Amino acid sequence: MNRISITAVDIAKSFNYRTIFRDISFSLLSPSSLTITGKNGAGKSTLSKIIAGLISTTKGSCSYTLNNKNIDIEVFKRYIGFVSPYLNFYDEFTALENINILSRIRTMSRQNESRAEEILNLAGLRQRRDDPVGTFSCGMKQRLKYAFALLLNPAVLVLDEPTSSMDDEGIEFVRHIVRQQKKQGILILATNNRKEAGWCDKEVHLGMKKG
Amino acid sequence: MNYLFAIWAIVAKDVRSELRLRYALNALLMFVVTSLAVIIIAFQDSELNPEILSALFWIVIFFTAMSGLSRIFVSEEERGTILVLQLVASPSAVYFGKLIFNCGLTLFLSSAVTLLYVIVFPTFVIQSLVIFICTVFLGSLGFASASTMIAAIIAKAQAKSTLYTVLAFPVLAPLLITVIYATALSIQGDIWSNSIPQFQIMIGYLCVVVGFSFLMFDYVWKD
Repeated sequence: MNRISITAVDIAKSFNYRTIFRDISFSLLSPSSLTITGKNGAGKSTLSKIIAGLISTTKGSCSYTLNNKNIDIEVFKRYIGFVSPYLNFYDEFTALENINILSRIRTMSRQNESRAEEILNLAGLRQRRDDPVGTFSCGMKQRLKYAFALLLNPAVLVLDEPTSSMDDEGIEFVRHIVRQQKKQGILILATNNRKEAGWCDKEVHLGMKKG
Repeated sequence: MNYLFAIWAIVAKDVRSELRLRYALNALLMFVVTSLAVIIIAFQDSELNPEILSALFWIVIFFTAMSGLSRIFVSEEERGTILVLQLVASPSAVYFGKLIFNCGLTLFLSSAVTLLYVIVFPTFVIQSLVIFICTVFLGSLGFASASTMIAAIIAKAQAKSTLYTVLAFPVLAPLLITVIYATALSIQGDIWSNSIPQFQIMIGYLCVVVGFSFLMFDYVWKD
């Protein structure tokens, strides 16, 4: 198992001179878990995107190590699975095509199609794997996001609003993933839900800031 | 090699998407046909000299490019797929993948305009084919390279289409002047050595724009 760590030091983020949050620090070493909580607009999704390396910080830094060696963000992104309401797939491609095309770009090599089919089956999308994603419901799109996030057995899993649009079966699927990930890697949840917030061992609470 | 594979995978994705949706291709081809129809109507009884033919040729390509090349990033932003692309690919791989796609699209567009021009204008006779082919090739690459970077810049802005043209014209003006002059030379049948300064400008333009875009793309791509 790869031992991965994430260290955030005094992270702050502002958009157009409005400070969303500041002085956020934490350290995670696998296996561990962290919940990001806060009111609407506190910056939970923003912080989860910063951790995933998708947006930059205004101040502070986020650093990553793999087996005790520093790695840069482009290497770290290969070990991350990310689920978010802001993540969208290509509507004109089928679920299977989306998984294959995007994993080809990500791993920079041809991928084993049987793994893609296996993960779609796990996410409950086997029957619809050859249908365009544009025909999917919100819940099915959320399942596809999980399928893509889990495709490469990520060392770090970042879930923003993890049970958004999910039915009871889907929520149980997410709980199973959360339990597995907590044992083998790093899990980061961003949520408003107090019950979901209790799934992790540590918590970072973001307050409303006026800048 | 792996990095090149990622670039190629991005190009393949965009080609596949375009063939499935045919949004940009249809819009660009219709724009070309419409523009040429207006030119034919306007100049139906006039004898067009090489300079005017050359200028009109590149005006059609310029405005067709303005109507379609920005979609490479604007469509990702509008469909909300920017985040997944940021997740799976490095900024430089995205930049080169999108650049190669836009180059291919512009070369296709230029070929279509050339073919239609030859059909509808009997006086459009290329005396110096090598100069013409090199001009269209380098000019198309220059258009595509500048358009790709500007498209990335305006993708998150409001009033995208207006802003795109406003930003693109001053950047593309030096290239436009050069390719119009070189095309006129090819129609007149001038010798190769007289067109070398124009090719030097086009190659220099391409190197500067691609180099600058590569260095700046990280800052444009990430919030």
